[in-house]
Amino acid sequence: MDILVYGIINSVSLSLLSLGFTLVYSISRLPNFAHGALYITTGYFIWQFLNGLGLSYPLAIMLGIALTSLIGAMMYRLILIRIRGMEISEIIATYAIGLAIIEGLRWGGLRGTTFTLPSFASGSRDILGVSVDDQRLLVVVVGFAVFALLHLFVHLTRNGLALRGIAQDERAAMMLGIDSDRMAIVSFAIGSSLAGLSAALILPLGNIVVEAGYTVLLFSIAVCVIGGLGSWTGAIIASFLIGFAQILTEKFLSAHFQMVIALLAIIITLLIKPSGILGRQKELEERV
Amino acid sequence: MEVRRKERIDRGIKVRSEGIYVVSSLKEMLYVAGPRLFLIVGLLLLPLVLEMAPYWKRVVNIMCVYGLLAISFDFLANIVGLVCLGGAMFIGVGGYMTAIFNVYLHCPVYLAIPLAGLSGAFICTILLLPCLSLRGVYFAIVTLMYPLLFTRIIEALNILGGTNGITGLDSFPNPYLENYVIIILLLVFMFGLRRLVDEDIGLVLRGIKDNDQSVRASGINVTHLKALAVFIASFIGCLGGAYLAHLYMWAGLSLFALDFSIIPIAAVTIGGGGSMMGAVLGTFILVPLSEFLRFFGTFRIVIYCLILTGFIVFKSEGLLTYFARKYDQFERWAKI
Repeated sequence: MDILVYGIINSVSLSLLSLGFTLVYSISRLPNFAHGALYITTGYFIWQFLNGLGLSYPLAIMLGIALTSLIGAMMYRLILIRIRGMEISEIIATYAIGLAIIEGLRWGGLRGTTFTLPSFASGSRDILGVSVDDQRLLVVVVGFAVFALLHLFVHLTRNGLALRGIAQDERAAMMLGIDSDRMAIVSFAIGSSLAGLSAALILPLGNIVVEAGYTVLLFSIAVCVIGGLGSWTGAIIASFLIGFAQILTEKFLSAHFQMVIALLAIIITLLIKPSGILGRQKELEERV
Repeated sequence: MEVRRKERIDRGIKVRSEGIYVVSSLKEMLYVAGPRLFLIVGLLLLPLVLEMAPYWKRVVNIMCVYGLLAISFDFLANIVGLVCLGGAMFIGVGGYMTAIFNVYLHCPVYLAIPLAGLSGAFICTILLLPCLSLRGVYFAIVTLMYPLLFTRIIEALNILGGTNGITGLDSFPNPYLENYVIIILLLVFMFGLRRLVDEDIGLVLRGIKDNDQSVRASGINVTHLKALAVFIASFIGCLGGAYLAHLYMWAGLSLFALDFSIIPIAAVTIGGGGSMMGAVLGTFILVPLSEFLRFFGTFRIVIYCLILTGFIVFKSEGLLTYFARKYDQFERWAKI
């Protein structure tokens, strides 16, 4: 039973982590290798606001997420906009920015176990006979709320529809007067704030460590590739697959193998169905 | 207002030395061979010049290892169009393979390094094979994951010496051999790859980067050629790793370190891609720089990344292309 409960919790947090990456990729076709770095940056900002400036916790979280989303938007506006379309440069630039942020934080003293965020909800309750602490429940609740809000946003609002338009067919959308660069900035802002939100929710469960930047990036990439790059529903399904696979490996093997499982899953996906579970890309576009 | 534009015109000597007539005068032959000779002679003399500074001789060795990695990255990225974000994978696999051959199977150094290169290249190609039949970001994603994965597996299973690594590798018999082995490897592979790229197969590889569908339509198996290119690149990388393991007399987890992935990328971007020479120029700037910045620790990676991003955005042609232009052409302002 605890496999089921913790599997669901793990899967929801995974899909929260990877949603930002998927969103950015599906809209602007840019693989954001700085995703993990943005995640860990938010944690650092919140900690700094909380302990350095002495702000209240909700205010610190909101400021942290806003700042991260600003960083994401600026990253596109100042750097990526100039190299759009040059595939090699795009990959290298986002990777370099991500590395710069992560290693900069490591150098800036973000190591050891001193960096922790307080959890907002203490206490625990029994669900199906398994005791779960409230913070983890909150992750699940907020996760589902975010999925619902995002769904409503892209189906009902003007900006959301424009985002979907760009994601489906960039040229046709541009002919209808949708500014592709503006939408890419919006997608980076939303993607980074999703990374920030997941950081604010998940980081209180443990320490803020720099290495999390890499693991978050790898797992979100794994989820996206398996679900089909650019497909949101696919990403959510894939995060349930990987989430349960992780819990099972942790229970029956050891936690070290979690990353092995993720990579194996990627490779199997690439061998069997390269466009992922729900990938919308045509066979011709991907396979040589 | 007077409108002017910048005009670039080839120098006379460049035009004269383009064809077979270059052999007609010594000056023109020197013009063509000059930069290449400068690199070759300079590299060969470097260990002798640094005779009094053994520490810097070692830096030269490490610089050449990074140079090997950089040309393999340049070959993959700018010729074949595969972006490899995990050069550390090649170094690590090569290093561990040579440790296996040397320590467990008791091969001598001169046998262990080539064997490690070949077997390491074979392993890397097999591991990367699933993503070679695809285009897009998949290759970058998978190469990003492998170095981290190898580290985890070695830690988790505690194989190949676990976190302590494999110790007791043979060192090179004398310091001159240590220097010249890697310098000659670098020169051979650099000029060899430049030649390879100019052959027919190089043309096909460039075709894969530009338009793989048309290559496929010509009845050429793209996956097969990509696998060949990855084999060549990982062979070069693995030789570098094997050499490094023998230099340190140790093969451990730090062979999978991030430096080996990011420095070659930065070097190629700074030096200018596509010519192999640019990659070497980039490493010759970055690695000594990183020795001076040793004090900063991991902050060095931040510096590389910032330089790298700056070059990508503002000077994407790279230094070598810039210098080559100055060497071959003169500029003047002309009225429109």
